[in-house]
Amino acid sequence: MTYLDHAATTPMLPEAIEAYALAARDVGNASSLHAPGRRARRTVEEARERVAAALGARPSEVIFTGGGTESDNLAVKGVFWARRTDDPKRNRVVASAAEHHAVLDAVDWLGRFEGADVSLLPVDELGRVDVAAVRFELDQRCDEIAMITAMWANNEVGTVQPVTELAAMAAECGIPFHTDAIQAIGQVPVDFAACGAAALTATGHKLGGPTGVGALLLGREVGCTPLLHGGGQERDVRSGTLDVAGITAFAVAVEMAVKAQQETAARVGALRDELVSRVQAAVPDAVLNGDPEDRLPGNAHFSFPGCEGDALLLLLDAQGIACSTGSACSAGIAQPSHVLLAMGADEARARSTLRFSLGHTSTLDDVDVLAAALPSAVERARRAGSVRGGRS
Amino acid sequence: MRSRARGTRVLAAMSGGVDSAVAAARAVDAGYDVTGVHLALARNPQTYRSGARGCCTLEDARDARRAADVIGIPFYVWDMADEFHASVVDDFVAEYAAGRTPNPCLRCNEKIKFAAVLDRAIALGFDAVVTGHHARLGPDGLLRRSVDMGKDQSYVLAVLTREQLAHSIFPLGDSFKTGVRAEAAERGLAVAEKPDSHDICFIADGDTRGFLAKRLGEAPGDIVDAASGDVVGSHAGAFGFTVGQRKGLNLTRPSADGRPRYVLSITPVTNTVTVGPGEALEVSTVAAERPVWTAGSLPSTPTECEVQIRAHGETVPAVVTVADGQMTATLRWPVRGVAAGQALVAYRPDPAGDIVLGSATVSLTRS
Ligand SMILES: Cc1ncc(COP(=O)(O)O)c(C=O)c1O
Repeated sequence: MTYLDHAATTPMLPEAIEAYALAARDVGNASSLHAPGRRARRTVEEARERVAAALGARPSEVIFTGGGTESDNLAVKGVFWARRTDDPKRNRVVASAAEHHAVLDAVDWLGRFEGADVSLLPVDELGRVDVAAVRFELDQRCDEIAMITAMWANNEVGTVQPVTELAAMAAECGIPFHTDAIQAIGQVPVDFAACGAAALTATGHKLGGPTGVGALLLGREVGCTPLLHGGGQERDVRSGTLDVAGITAFAVAVEMAVKAQQETAARVGALRDELVSRVQAAVPDAVLNGDPEDRLPGNAHFSFPGCEGDALLLLLDAQGIACSTGSACSAGIAQPSHVLLAMGADEARARSTLRFSLGHTSTLDDVDVLAAALPSAVERARRAGSVRGGRS
Repeated sequence: MRSRARGTRVLAAMSGGVDSAVAAARAVDAGYDVTGVHLALARNPQTYRSGARGCCTLEDARDARRAADVIGIPFYVWDMADEFHASVVDDFVAEYAAGRTPNPCLRCNEKIKFAAVLDRAIALGFDAVVTGHHARLGPDGLLRRSVDMGKDQSYVLAVLTREQLAHSIFPLGDSFKTGVRAEAAERGLAVAEKPDSHDICFIADGDTRGFLAKRLGEAPGDIVDAASGDVVGSHAGAFGFTVGQRKGLNLTRPSADGRPRYVLSITPVTNTVTVGPGEALEVSTVAAERPVWTAGSLPSTPTECEVQIRAHGETVPAVVTVADGQMTATLRWPVRGVAAGQALVAYRPDPAGDIVLGSATVSLTRS
């Protein structure tokens, strides 16, 4: 199998699997007062310290969650609610139009069911948040805004955002800034303290850890209303018995991904560059989407004119090549990418995309297999696209 | 189906029901390289029939995916909602508005499953489409009725051309439905006990008149007795009645002779539904448009055959001629309840299964 979908999920690191298995053999609820409970607690706190150290946060700023979607929802809704409760004038949430659905749909929900005002920030044709638009928004409505959220790096097109700049602008106005850094950790340098964000999302399964474990880094002074009520395990912001084994494995993976970041960027980045040039040689009219320079090292995202992404995916899948159209699907139906649409692409181009994402297990062999299979797949998908004139 | 099977790439259309799941599994057993596809036909899947009865719900998509997993084949969902609405739903509404009685399953086979889907499949390198229809299609390229006469679906496949049939595989034609269910259970397919789908998949509650009224608007009018010309009732819209219909007329005046009355004709321009006695429904000649000769090229001489003029209807011996883009059937004896818009399907009786000769859409009837 040729696995080119590391941005969807990447294989667990052997060390993380080992740490998981080791911890899973032990019994102990980290909230229990007896010896096994204390042992579990100690394991969790060590993990917290390791995650904090790797990401430039204080241990007390690490809130373990059930993954990226939960962290994003907690940050967006929780910070919005807390801030609005403090200051009812602040009823606006500001988000980039290219956010992952875990952020975008949470923002949309606040608009629909909580009466929040929503500002979506435009992105340019490379998928980069328009800093001038953020500046304008802040100048206009500084006193109305409860929180701002913009991802560190885009999961579809790979564009890295000017997060530090955005965080600084938000901080000037005293507005909490959240960033979804799920795709960035281990790929580009990520430092919570240095970037100036109030909150930052991480998840295990994109960096070699387990699925269903993540963290929200949340500044000590940042108010956040809980989504999950119960035992109050995580700073009273997040309840639920802690997943000791998952958290341990997550910490190992974060630590290793961050330690290897430079080496990954160099090795995977070179492989990705090779992939891009081989794809463009094989399919000369393929368009590389996203920022050509400032992008995740593992990400290559193309539009193939005249093709539908899901047809290409089927054809490559039949050849043992796993990749993604890059966009979300609903009930298995690929939707035109909202990211591409926000970048100004038309619907045909937004449906014609494939994302190839590389990671720690990728090799040159993967690139060779793809380059060999792609031309005939594209030719066939084009034929299928032309019999389907109805939708172009 | 074995001869050309090995390694041939085929696409199995999987509705989420038991038939298409077993059909896909049999295609795998026969050596085909099978990929499963569920067709998403609803613009908003929640609005279509939910649960076990339809072909277009999220639950059906899940059932289809689960069956594909068990069979061990790749599976995708293809969004055919736009094509389905343009070719099947809009056509359905327009046909009723014109006073005809369409068969949407037949239209879906003609325009979607063996056209839009087949074309896309072939472009993508597949050789054929596999479906769970109950009909036989052998190496001779002839379409025959299923061995299970109670489940036979050759009527709704009779619109297919030889070219379309050359790229179609129906693995269930030699099986009885009970056997298909038993086989599904043996194969561990959870859809084994799923009830058969009936009615029309895009009408969520089975209320065809309500569905049409929402799209065409209520249009109250008269129900008129054919013999006396008297108004004997009223209706909320001439659409949605079918020639031969007896129930649901709510006539306010009984007939003079006390015998039941049936819908004889629907006249959209005057918004009138005409009713009369059963004998008045009898027709001996049926004219039909857009002929397709499934068994080869259109015949130039009159053809002795049997014709079926509605889904699940009886057959009647007839002579069929095709000329000037029209098919005419002269029936050996009169039959009742022939509605414009239905398919006229010609069969040749055959010990190995009655053979579909061809079909056309009923346009005009004469007594
Ligand atoms: C940018 C981004 N945010 C959020 C998520 C959701 O994270 P999780 O799968 O851990 O819920 C993903 C991955 O699917 C992602 O790429």
